[in-house]
Amino acid sequence: MLLEAWHFVLERPDRFIAALATHLALSAAALGLAAAIAIPLGIRIASRERAALAVIGAANIGRTLPSLAVLALAMPLLGTGFAPSLFALTLLALPPVLLNTYAGIRHVDEDVIDAARGMGMSARQILGKVQLPIAMPVIFAGLRTAAVQVISGAVLAAYIGGGGLGDFITAGIAMMAVPQLLVGAIPATALAIGTDQLFGYLQRRMTPAGLAERAA
Amino acid sequence: MIELEDVVKRFPGSAHPAVDRLSLNVAQGEVCVLIGPSGCGKTTTMRLVNRLIEPDSGTVRIAGRDVMQTDPVELRRGIGYVIQQVGLFPHWTIAENVATVPRLLGWAADRTTQRVHELLTLVGIDPATAGQRYPRELSGGQKQRVGVARALAADPPVMLMDEPFGALDPITRKRMQDEFLRILRSLSKTIVFVTHDIDEAIKMGDRVAIMKDGALLQYASPERILAHPADAFVDEFVGADRALKRLALLECRSAMQPAGATLPAESIAAEASLRDALALMLQTNTDAVAVIAHGAPAGVLTLADVRGASRDDGAAASRAVGSSGT
Amino acid sequence: MKWLLNNWDQVLLALGQHVAIALTSLAIAFAISLPVGIVAARKPIVFRTAITATGILYTVPTLAFLALLIPVVGLGRTNAIICMVAFSLMIMIRNIAVAIRGVPQEIVDAARGMGMSAREILARIELPLAAPVVVAGLRIASVTVISVAVVAAYVNGGGLGTLIFAGISNDHAPKIWTGALCACALAVAADLALAGAERRLRRRTLA
Repeated sequence: MLLEAWHFVLERPDRFIAALATHLALSAAALGLAAAIAIPLGIRIASRERAALAVIGAANIGRTLPSLAVLALAMPLLGTGFAPSLFALTLLALPPVLLNTYAGIRHVDEDVIDAARGMGMSARQILGKVQLPIAMPVIFAGLRTAAVQVISGAVLAAYIGGGGLGDFITAGIAMMAVPQLLVGAIPATALAIGTDQLFGYLQRRMTPAGLAERAA
Repeated sequence: MIELEDVVKRFPGSAHPAVDRLSLNVAQGEVCVLIGPSGCGKTTTMRLVNRLIEPDSGTVRIAGRDVMQTDPVELRRGIGYVIQQVGLFPHWTIAENVATVPRLLGWAADRTTQRVHELLTLVGIDPATAGQRYPRELSGGQKQRVGVARALAADPPVMLMDEPFGALDPITRKRMQDEFLRILRSLSKTIVFVTHDIDEAIKMGDRVAIMKDGALLQYASPERILAHPADAFVDEFVGADRALKRLALLECRSAMQPAGATLPAESIAAEASLRDALALMLQTNTDAVAVIAHGAPAGVLTLADVRGASRDDGAAASRAVGSSGT
Repeated sequence: MKWLLNNWDQVLLALGQHVAIALTSLAIAFAISLPVGIVAARKPIVFRTAITATGILYTVPTLAFLALLIPVVGLGRTNAIICMVAFSLMIMIRNIAVAIRGVPQEIVDAARGMGMSAREILARIELPLAAPVVVAGLRIASVTVISVAVVAAYVNGGGLGTLIFAGISNDHAPKIWTGALCACALAVAADLALAGAERRLRRRTLA
């Protein structure tokens, strides 16, 4: 079966590479957009209690929504194709990044900020030199969660014409052709696990030395 | 009642044994205080008694029975256990906490309720208002009172207490010590009490065991230890002011002389300590005070008398503070 | 809206199927996670191994997982349930283990010193005090499971996803709306209900 799957790829390398490229493009773009929106937003509301209530409330609801439901809803609204998929995936990626950014900044020790202020740092400096570096591991954990979610969601984008590795899976199931199915499923799994490991590695690298936790 | 015979306990990764061939007897109804610097093995020794720690060699006996021959769970249900952080179960009410061991032992419900009521009253907590509250609603001192009540619930003959008042502020601590001594007067319990505070040890203990590096350096009454420390370490441990500490254990009436024709200007109560008398003399710059008992002068105490008492061997011990009137 | 009112029986059926497989999976996942979590709480190596293994399972994309199961179990509810259980294991085991380990030492020491047996301590002290965190894990698992169940319709798992897929292939927007919105509502409802339970449990067990 695996061998047949491999042959399938060899017979149509262009199609495979195109699907893989689309998948990566969708995922990277969605993650990038989500980060670009959610991180600054999370930073801004970290100090504004009232705004935070509404935004965090919305993010908490967003976090629970089934991925396919969100993708499917994009169809009657925006049609099918790359753009609607990107829109839906970005929406899915926003909650984890936003919630983690907010939590990460908020959980910086009050005493540390007090000391920084007392030493004469401006608000901007405190943000850049104290809060963000300390919050970075948590923010990165949010990015890691979002990345895996987006790659998983991009598989589902096949249903609304977004392309990507999901195409092989859906076609394979529809035609009960297991090799084709594997051509989609195995690379998608590898991609997801690989991304998780990559972000895990980066997360460890980005943790300031003083905050690094001892191995459990 | 409690016998430790040649007990040894080693922990992995440690060069010295935590408990090094320790032999100790605690008589029934006695309060034995274990004290020593950090790491001396006092807590380990206490936990050997209820088999939370098992000895590598040697025997631990309670009422003649080897603890290693007894089912540990059953053993512990017969021993009261009080620790510094109390360890009240946060998801149970105060009443449920106190009822823990009776419930484990299968007591009837109304017998348990009555006992809980009795004990909370004994430790100074109103069962009607506090019984249904939760531990988080209590202050530190109140929590520890509940801890003591919980330990007494099944009326165990033996109690183990590991720095029970250590987490309290000094004022509350003193109050708890006094309360506990009061409670002890109405009960007969054999108690092993661990502390690192020499003043607490002197106050609470019938006999005090001074430990260092797992070994027993001296095991005697507080008066004896203060009068005759066994070695240089004990001498330093009890404090450079041990002479004063000892004076605090003796009453004025024990060292006073009959009153003469003229009385000194300053006076002090007969049951006050010699240390307080000395302090009074220093404060007022006199060297004699009148001793008053039942509202009338009973004698005179001079500086020389105080000095004499402080050199006195052990005869004064029987007239120690708190024992008059018994 | 009109479609919904005319076909509410279809929707109810799909909803029923959805809830049924979700609950079945959660029950199975809990039954597996509880003993594993208890052991993992005591032995770090079990913890590390269990979390690493189940963590990898969790990372696999939903549709890929379901697809990979097809050569093994074919199509249908079994396929869906296996996937849902697999995804729930990591969070449940981790939360159970962390929760039990989080019970303050002095409380367990006091319980032991008073003569509670190991089993009594686990049942009367550790598990009740671990409950809020366990429910927090159950909350995440529930939302995950509901989400997977939507996709599982594609491998004949039934549930609200059938409405969505029918809507997509027939270009019938009301079906998409109904299926998607019901799935979202179900997820949010489950999350809120369990969040409430978590809050109540936390209040009871705070020291």
